[in-house]
Amino acid sequence: MDWAWLGRNLDDLALRTLDHVVMTVLAIGIGSAISFGLALWIRRRRFLHGPILAVSGTLYAIPSLALFALLIPFTGPQSLLAAEIALVSYTILILVRNFLAGFDGVPPDVVEAADGMGYTPAQRLWRVELPIALPVIVAGMRIATVTVIGLVTVTALIGLGGLGYVIIELGYRRFNLTATIAGTIGAILLAVLADRGFVLLQRVLTPWAARRRTA
Amino acid sequence: MEFVGAVVGWFTDPVNWSGDDSIPIRLAEHLLLSVVPLVVALLIGLPLASWVGHTGRFAGLAVNVSNIGRAIPSLAIMALAAMLLNRWLVDIGLRREAGEISTMVAMAALAIPPIVTNAYVGISEVERELIEAARGMGMTGLQVLRRVEIPLALPVILAGVRTAAVQVVATATLGAVFGTGGLGRYIIDGIAQRKEEEVFAGALIVAALSIGTELAFAVIQRRAVSAGLRGQPTPAVREPAQVGLPNAGI
Repeated sequence: MDWAWLGRNLDDLALRTLDHVVMTVLAIGIGSAISFGLALWIRRRRFLHGPILAVSGTLYAIPSLALFALLIPFTGPQSLLAAEIALVSYTILILVRNFLAGFDGVPPDVVEAADGMGYTPAQRLWRVELPIALPVIVAGMRIATVTVIGLVTVTALIGLGGLGYVIIELGYRRFNLTATIAGTIGAILLAVLADRGFVLLQRVLTPWAARRRTA
Repeated sequence: MEFVGAVVGWFTDPVNWSGDDSIPIRLAEHLLLSVVPLVVALLIGLPLASWVGHTGRFAGLAVNVSNIGRAIPSLAIMALAAMLLNRWLVDIGLRREAGEISTMVAMAALAIPPIVTNAYVGISEVERELIEAARGMGMTGLQVLRRVEIPLALPVILAGVRTAAVQVVATATLGAVFGTGGLGRYIIDGIAQRKEEEVFAGALIVAALSIGTELAFAVIQRRAVSAGLRGQPTPAVREPAQVGLPNAGI
């Protein structure tokens, strides 16, 4: 390890890490919103279940580099838009599946009780179903986030990359092992921190689960 | 429309159908680059997972290693493999093959976690009563594994193989960054030379190959499952030992 190089490039590493975080947050934020909408739509129109999962499953099978490459001719080189379209489409399969699994896990008698208490469908969704579905939804967010953090590195090949830029452009292309190791460790740390962050968030949002654990 | 014409023109250009940089050669390179690491990963992963699933030894370790593996970007593993192995490979006289070999090593390492996780989860979740019944019938440990545990776990084991196969085809595309052949060359070289139609056409072939791999393994998976198990719901996916999803950074 070339510690002097690390010291000289701390600013750049911090900026690349920030890029990486911003690209990940954008993809997960937009992906969650779209997936939530799709899951609600599927719940109302069951026949959409197969087609939506088939399309998102097909997108999921396309390698990230190929998906970026398919978008570049339309968005231009070094396009954040191309990167985000591809990243968001990878989150949808994971997130829709888990939103649906979360909603399906709400016991029917709980739904009936909420209806009996005079909740409107919207109130029932926000106050009863979402809180009960939360652990499964957060599980999906964890997988999606760790996946996207890995995929952001690949955007280095279309001129972006966050820590992927450090791994490939500063590291591999310049024979600088220190940079590659630093970028790799940075990406792993981001993934682990995000994962732990979601676990903490879930604990804060579902305090009743902790009470049950100690009881 | 002009662009569509350029892409069609690329596909119909005879230059792209003969010679070193032609579609058939790149496709063959891509398949070879994918098959070798997948086979190596299967040879290492399946016996390991069978042993861990059957005996229950080191189960926590196997699952943890697989989960940590998910957090390491594929591109990073490939870059590290290239930087650490290439010099040594050149030293032992494999200059021309160095990029290919170090990429295959990285790809095999990346394909092992989904194979191990799924095979382990599948085998360890076979119901105890069935195993005890098999033991009661006088089967040895190896017979229980071969005749009871593996057939029952086969749908889950094959789901892992399918995940690994699709992932390997995807990571083979990234090999072009590290000097291998394969279909990724069209994308990487096309970006460098600003040939948009080549980038797009290469990406189309890669996408078709990946989706084809996914579908082919889905068929194998359905065919290979014992008739008695067909029609049963597949086991639910749980966290954190995620079954059936690829590693980060395909």
